[in-house]
Amino acid sequence: MTLTEQAPSGTAPAPLRDGDLTSLLMIRHFEWKLLDLFAEGKLNGTTHTCLGQEYIPVSLNPLLSAGDFLFSNHRGHGHYLARFADPAGLLAEITGREGAVCGGVGGSQHIFRDTYLSTGIQGESLPVAAGAALHFKRAGLPHVAVVYIGDGTWGEGSVYEALNIARLWELPLLVVVENNGISQTTPGSVNMAGTIAGRARAFDVDHHRVTSNDVRHIRAELAPLIDRVRHQHMPLVVEFDTVRLGPHSKGDDTRPAREIEAARARDWYGALRAEDPERFDRLDQEQRQLIAGVAADVLARPLVAGETA
Amino acid sequence: MKRNERVGENLNQALHRVMESHEDVYLIGEDVLDPYGGAFNITKGLSDRFADRVLTTPISENAILGVANGLALTGNKPIAEMMFGDFITLAFDQIVNFSAKSVSMYGATHPMHLVVRCPVGGRRGYGPTHSQSPQKHFLGVPDLHLFELSPFHDNATVLEGMVELGKPCIFFEDKVLYTERRHQGGPVGDLFSLEFTGEDPFPVARLFIEDTAPELVIVAPGGLAQRAVDAARELFLQHEIACEIYVPSALYPFDAQLLAEPVARAGRVCVVEDAPPGGSWGAEVAHQLYSTCWDSLRAPVRLVHSADSVIPTALHLERDVLVSSESLELALKELAQ
Repeated sequence: MTLTEQAPSGTAPAPLRDGDLTSLLMIRHFEWKLLDLFAEGKLNGTTHTCLGQEYIPVSLNPLLSAGDFLFSNHRGHGHYLARFADPAGLLAEITGREGAVCGGVGGSQHIFRDTYLSTGIQGESLPVAAGAALHFKRAGLPHVAVVYIGDGTWGEGSVYEALNIARLWELPLLVVVENNGISQTTPGSVNMAGTIAGRARAFDVDHHRVTSNDVRHIRAELAPLIDRVRHQHMPLVVEFDTVRLGPHSKGDDTRPAREIEAARARDWYGALRAEDPERFDRLDQEQRQLIAGVAADVLARPLVAGETA
Repeated sequence: MKRNERVGENLNQALHRVMESHEDVYLIGEDVLDPYGGAFNITKGLSDRFADRVLTTPISENAILGVANGLALTGNKPIAEMMFGDFITLAFDQIVNFSAKSVSMYGATHPMHLVVRCPVGGRRGYGPTHSQSPQKHFLGVPDLHLFELSPFHDNATVLEGMVELGKPCIFFEDKVLYTERRHQGGPVGDLFSLEFTGEDPFPVARLFIEDTAPELVIVAPGGLAQRAVDAARELFLQHEIACEIYVPSALYPFDAQLLAEPVARAGRVCVVEDAPPGGSWGAEVAHQLYSTCWDSLRAPVRLVHSADSVIPTALHLERDVLVSSESLELALKELAQ
């Protein structure tokens, strides 16, 4: 079945908590800093920023427990920072400096910490998450396996193999789709027949589409649905209609200017600032400085010693 | 050990034993439930005894390995069955990019207890996509360990060793072996004594003729063992050429040190396998033997493998492509001259 979207209530929402705004801004400034460091030639390899999508993991974070296993993907900095608030460990990982969360081996796309794991192969995590969900169900643990994928990931067969198994075995699997409408440079209209909702429906898996980028609305919408995944062991696909503000990785944004403008018009950043400019600017400045300090500190550290050779 | 026990029965009993003694061992694969018990009956009786840990799946090899990886990641010890080893290509990403890499790509060692069972090899008339020996495709992947079923090793020991290794393992099982008798003591092929060399749980079986200095060393994985014994027996009885045969349990990483001394003594060595030529296990072993025994070799390492061909279905055509005891005997005779 497709769950109908709940309309946001007519009353003005309660102000966003400082912690949520801080988390959003930390991720935003972290990603901006990465692009700056690239431009300055201080980063090796590649990275994929989640600019515009920060609100998704921030919304989900309090709905998930520490025991829930999070599977992230190539665009995972926000997923990591929303859970651990550890910009230094992540930047050290990306730059191969001491304090790197995975010893500099994994880098931007391959992070493993407690019950958080990311990997750089599209769709690979979905059946793995189904296996983790199976473990939780059989062990009687009230945990959910959460897997972040993009709209482009629906091109991979592993997605369908896993959805089939998750529904068949009634597994507590939450698939979070960050549908930003573009796969690297290929728009969704060129690579997807039908819809994500239709594909979920084909497997009798619940699907819920989120169009809001308001953390408060999203939480209210999703709390009962995630509760159902957790306690009734039914998989769920939550599709966020979102925007990617930046390039796929570094300088590879081929979208026309008007498309990028349209994406920017949907950014949460301006909307949240308008709600309370004074508080926003204060927290924004705090996070800008925090990330600048983290970057200065991390880049001054010695390179991480290799242990795998 | 049951008298006249077949290799497949021994493997089945080994699975029973490992599931009995480890509550975190799962068996996952296609058509593995009783009363069928898998396409080759190797999982027979398991789902009746361990219903909640034997998982039959849709036809989704990639997801079978994915689910197994998720179970391993959360501290379990899954054993995944590929119905035919040929189908492991559909799970290549999960094995190479997830099972193996997860051990070390996160900066620390994360144990991954995972065994993938693969029935392989021809001689059953199943044709080009159900008869291959895909071992070569998994060579040289860091942290991925390859093993092969043999008629000499006790599978309870080998399976326990793989389950406890903490690194993903692929177990290649020559499907013809399933119905053959396990070696029960006494001379092998009426001629060869058997002893084990190297360390448990993966020692190397050594077959030798008592009080005879071998002129040739044959290195053969389990699926080739019987053909190697038959060829070596004929060679001795017809031509008085003595061979010593080594049957390893561990294919990769492979440690040729155990072979260095006997190969140096004989000066001639043949490595035999069922895969076609090119980038094969035999070539890997040969390279190691060149490195360790170069000064003692009296002839180039001889590789014997199947023809550079797909494996035909018709019996007479298949026979021309695969290694037979006759074709191996011819190669050994040439090598001895």
